Order: sequence, then structure tokens, then C-alpha cells
Amino acid sequence: MSFTPQLPPVAKLEQKTVIDLVASGKRIDDRTADSYRPLQIQVGLIEKANGSAQVSLGKSKVLVGVKVETGTPFPDTPDEGVLTVNAELGPLASPLFETGPPSEQAIELARVIDRGIRESKAVDMKSLVLLKGKKVQVVFVDIYILDHDGNLIDAASIAALAALASAKLLKAELKGDEVVYRPGLHPLPLNNHPVAVTFAKVGKTIVVDPVLEEEQVMNARLTVTIEKNGNICAMQKGGLSGFTQDELKTVVHLAVQKAAENRAKILAAAKG
Amino acid sequence: MVIVAEPKQVVAPGELLAEGDHLLGDNSFKVGTRIFSACIGIFEVDGNRVTVVPLKGGYFPRVGDLVGGRIVDVGLSGWTLDIRAPYEAMLPASETPGPRGPRRRDLSESFDVGDMVLSQVLAFDRTRDPLLTVKGPGLGKISTGRVVEISAAKIPRLIGRKGSMISMLKRETGCQITVGQNGVVMVWGKSPENERVAVEAIYMVEREAHTRGLTDRIREMIAKSNVVGEVARTQTA
Amino acid sequence: MPEPKQPEKLIDDKGVRIDGRRLDQLRPIKLEVGLLDKADGSAYIEQGKNKILVGVYGPREAHPKHIALPDRAVLRCRYRMAPFSVDERKNPAPSRREMELSKVIRESLESVVLTDLYPRTTIDVFIEVLQSDGGSRCAGITAASLALADAGIPMRELVAACAVGKIQGHMALDLSDAEDKYGEADLPVAWVPNANLVTLLQMDGILTINEFEKGLTMALDACKTIHSMQQEALKKKYLVIKEVAEEREETEVVA
Repeated sequence: MSFTPQLPPVAKLEQKTVIDLVASGKRIDDRTADSYRPLQIQVGLIEKANGSAQVSLGKSKVLVGVKVETGTPFPDTPDEGVLTVNAELGPLASPLFETGPPSEQAIELARVIDRGIRESKAVDMKSLVLLKGKKVQVVFVDIYILDHDGNLIDAASIAALAALASAKLLKAELKGDEVVYRPGLHPLPLNNHPVAVTFAKVGKTIVVDPVLEEEQVMNARLTVTIEKNGNICAMQKGGLSGFTQDELKTVVHLAVQKAAENRAKILAAAKG
Repeated sequence: MVIVAEPKQVVAPGELLAEGDHLLGDNSFKVGTRIFSACIGIFEVDGNRVTVVPLKGGYFPRVGDLVGGRIVDVGLSGWTLDIRAPYEAMLPASETPGPRGPRRRDLSESFDVGDMVLSQVLAFDRTRDPLLTVKGPGLGKISTGRVVEISAAKIPRLIGRKGSMISMLKRETGCQITVGQNGVVMVWGKSPENERVAVEAIYMVEREAHTRGLTDRIREMIAKSNVVGEVARTQTA
Repeated sequence: MPEPKQPEKLIDDKGVRIDGRRLDQLRPIKLEVGLLDKADGSAYIEQGKNKILVGVYGPREAHPKHIALPDRAVLRCRYRMAPFSVDERKNPAPSRREMELSKVIRESLESVVLTDLYPRTTIDVFIEVLQSDGGSRCAGITAASLALADAGIPMRELVAACAVGKIQGHMALDLSDAEDKYGEADLPVAWVPNANLVTLLQMDGILTINEFEKGLTMALDACKTIHSMQQEALKKKYLVIKEVAEEREETEVVA
């Protein structure tokens, strides 16, 4: 059951500072409303994964590992591979996170990233079939949050795309009933490059890439995932309040621009 | 100042009631100069004050309220009561009448789990659970008569304007009736039949609280039941 | 039950959808309020083949106590699909989808409930999807806000919700199961009319910016229609009692 979370451990005075700064066109970490924190992307840190990427967005840190294994397809899609996205918000990332089964925050994060990749048809699912209806390749995208300083959705989205774009796999083939791998790595076939852009409404102002202090006082949050042609492929509103129609119109246009900027950085980093 | 909604009619949450400088009564709220209803209820205009009398809702304690409650736990220094509020109520041993007994007296000898107790809310605020007292005339354990539980939102209607409804009920059924603000109503009659009719009338008030001509309909219902109320008794005497 | 086959076309040459609707037409909606005895408030919605029952309790004591908040009521929400609500039996264990929807539905309702009136308590909303069709989260929100109002819980206003989607390249209102499954995009929206806020917004599929803007306008127009249906359904319960009682009075006077 989902319930209203505990209030953030922030004093009213600190909350007011954040809100007043945003209202005056500034931000607590000295950014403009429409700019991201410094973004760093490193790929290939985990040799045992087919693909991996560590992303720092300001002080937020996310590691994504991509593993490709052999499995069975879902009965309703016998001619497609399988994509699974999972997120872990472990206790090392924040004193607010606990051990145990995935929280609704972790589930929401994973499902928003999943939707972006799935709906944009980023992974070429048809190419993952080894034997129709029986054996396919399964792409696991595991999101590990290492440090939570706000906007985990964008950090995870960037890391997931970077990990997928840099993933390498052996060519798998079916010999009788057995899967055999041929030597020589080739890239995971990607058809699209979805990038999530998240906004927070702080007071009456909307800012992109909210830092933790801003997330703790925001009225509402909106994630818009944009695919490579500039169309929307996923959206998710969060937070206790909402957005007006006009705000939503403004935000989607800005999302297209920001997604393009980040996509260029991701693809450059993935090429290495 | 404009009254927008029609007085005496049912309004829904978010419905515009009035615009301008009215006083805010219960269950209304203001956005700018516009006043809206905060619940499903009957819109009332009383002079400059706009109010919505709720048609449903639970009990929320106020200091001074008379409440009927069930003992749910007996502690070392007091009792815990269920008064049909979102908070458990405490009745400390020091708020019972009479001389203080020996320290280790078992409190369950006075009130035990399951007992119905008529009490008054002594203290309550946003941070503390309600504190009760049974010091006062008529307060204490209820061991006779009948207890009826109705929605607390219907209590104002059961009492009626200046007590008109409840006086009529008492008079016509010949029953003693004590109304707890939390929707617990206690009925004592000279016969079980009188009590039954009074209880039926109370449920009818709850069901039809928002309809017109209710007092008359209830009076008729009681008359048809052939129980003898106070008026009849004085007439025969 | 076997799944129905994929229709050849979702929209025919005359612009009519598989269930005979126009692109901007809602499915038939039936709303009922206060039909459960034990819950403090309840509501039922039928929208297309959706059959959803919502029960509300509260404000009541917070259990477990540690989830209570010192300055407001905690709003709790569970969206649940019955195992028999879909073509292929759904595992009764809570799915990730149900957990996510419980969260976004709760967030769509938070801003209208006057939670600061009831510190240290909970207000519980249980949404049970008895039969599911497209747009069940939106129908669930529409019914949930009615059930909250029926419980007498003070709130700023009712929340109305409706989805739009894209089928065969056209924006279409209130997608049915088949349209959702074989269409190109789904955009569920919840709207708070007086505050003019969109409090639930999700999207999956592919939409251009123009399609999104058009779809949002269609969804908000539909929410306005649904909102007046909600108000009517809520009042109807009491107007029926009133009519019956007053009619009885009249006939008795005549007699």
C-alpha cells in the first residue's frame, strides 16, 4: 500500500531559502532554472558486465550494468527478446533508504526507465531471438544508486542508455538444442536513444534537474522522456501537487532541447 | 457579496458557495474571494456566515463535548476509551468522582473493559489525544437503557434548532435521551417498547436528516406506534 | 478466457472506432455512491468494461503508529486488480505495476484532501478493479475521489480522470483494452478543476509534441464532463432519500 511519506528532514528556514532562491531566478547550487548540474559519464567500468556506465550528475551517482543471457520469451511475444529493468536504492546511497524489498520509489524509478527504453523500441528485440517461441536473449538492465543527491531518474536514464550503447556481446547461435557463442564481440543492436528529462515545480517556478534540496520542497515533479526524433516516448508525474496545462506545454518543449544536449554527451561517452 | 449556491440545498466538495466578504463557517474554505464547500452537505446561510452542514463524517473531538465511549483497556492510572474518534481517549483515575482509593486499587472495579461510559472531553489538541473526565452530574458508567450509535454528522439534526427535535422525541416517546456529540445516543424509557420506538425515531433522523418536514413525519411515526409519551400521561393524570 | 484477436483496423474508413465511438467520445460511464455498508465511504464506477469498487476509511487511528505524521493525515492508497479481472488470471500477489499505480493515484489525490485537519491519523483508499478494461487507473481515481467525498472527508474538490491515446495515427479519447494494446500511445490524465492542476500524468508510446498538446486538451475536456457526472452522482444519493421521504409525507397528508 502506498502512503504519504515522512516529511524531509529539512528545517523550514532552509526550505524557504531554496524556494526564495528559485523564485528570484537563482538556485541553491548557483544554476539557472534550465541548466543541468555537471554531467560525467564513464563506460565499461565493470568488465564482467556486457555493458556498464557510471554517471555523476552533480553529487548524484548511479551505476548501471547490462547483462545479456539466454532465456525463454514471454508467451505473447514469441518473436521478441526480453528486456528487464530493475533498480536498487540501497542504504549506502542515502540515510533515507533501507534494506529489504524494493520500495515504491525504486519500483517507480525502474518502471519509468523501462518505459522509455521499451516504448522508443531502443533495443532491437527481434534481433535477440535464437529460436522463435523457445529461446531468446534476455537483456537485464540493473540500476544501482550509489549516492542520492536528487534527480535519480535522469541520472539512471543517462547511465542506462550509456550502458546499452556501449554493451558488447558474443554472437549467440543455436546448434541443435544448445546455445553456442562465436568468438568476437559485437555491439548490442540499438534503434533508438531515449533520454529522460526531469523537472520540479518549486513554489511557482519550474526547474530542470532538481537537486535533493529542491526535491524536498517541490510541489510536483515531471519526467518527460524524448526519443531520438524529438518525440515523447514516456512521461511520469510525481509529487503531491500538479501542473497547469500551460506549464506542461512549456516543459515538453524544453525537454526536447535538454534531451538532445544530453543525448550527444551520452553517445560521445559510449563511443569511448 | 454574492451567494452563488442555493441555500438549503445539497452541495458537493469544491462547489462555489459565495463570492465576497462572508464569514467562513464550518466545512467551507476560501480561495481569493471565492468560498467553496469542503464536503457533501447542506448549504446554510446565517446572516453573513456561510456554512455547510455535513451529511456524513466521523467524530472529531472538541473540548467540552459530551461523549459515550467504550472502555478498551484498563491501566494502572486510568482507562483507555474508544470514543469513535480517530484518536484513543484517556480517562485518568484522578478524573473520577469521590475520594481517591488506595493506590493499588484495581481500576477495573470501577470501569471494566467493555463498559459504556458517558464522559466529557476535558482536553484535546492537535498534538495530544483526548483526555476525558467523568466528574459531573450524569457522567459515569451506563448500565441500563439502550445505546444507539449514529453518524456524528447527524447529531446537530437530532438535537434540532434550539433543541426542537430532541425535546419532541423525549416528549412523544416518554424517554430520557442523552446525546453524545460523538454519535452515541443513550435512551432510557419506562418500557422496552418506548425505547424501541425512540431508537427507531433516532435512526429515522439519521437517515433523513437532510429532508424537509422531518419533525412532523417523526411525530406521526411515533403517534402511529401507540406508545404513550409524556403529554398523554399528563392528560390521563 | 482466451484473449480476443487483434482487430484488423482500430478505426474504419468513416472514422468510427471498433466499439462504434467517434475519436472524441467517452465510453458509457455509470457512477454509484455509498453502496457499501461498513466502509466510511464508497463508490462504484463502470466505464466501458471497467468495473471498479472503491472503499474509503478514515480519518482513523494510524496503524502502524510510526507512519503517522504530526501535522497532517497520512493518505494511504492501494490499487489492486482481482485475479479474475483480466483475460488471463492475474497472480494475486501485488505486482510492480500495482505498486506504481498505487503511488501515482495517491499522489493524484493528495492535493485535494484537507489532510492538515486530522494530524496523526490515516485516510485509507482501497481501489479494487473487479474487471479491467483500458483506463482503469483513471476510472479508479474518478471513483476514489467520490468515495472520499462520500466518507464526509473534507476536501477541496473532486478529482476527475481520463486517458487519451493514439490509435492508427489519430488522438482518441478514453481507450478501450484493444485500443490500448494495439494503439501507439496511452496518456492517462487526472485533473483538479478549480485549482486547474494536472495531478496525474503518465505516458507510454510515441507522441509528437503537437499530439501531446492536442491529447492533453482532449483529456481535460473529458475530465470536465466526468467532473459534472461525479457531482451529480454524489448528490443523487441524498436527493433520492429526500424525494422518497418527502413524497411519503405528501401522500400521507392527502390520506
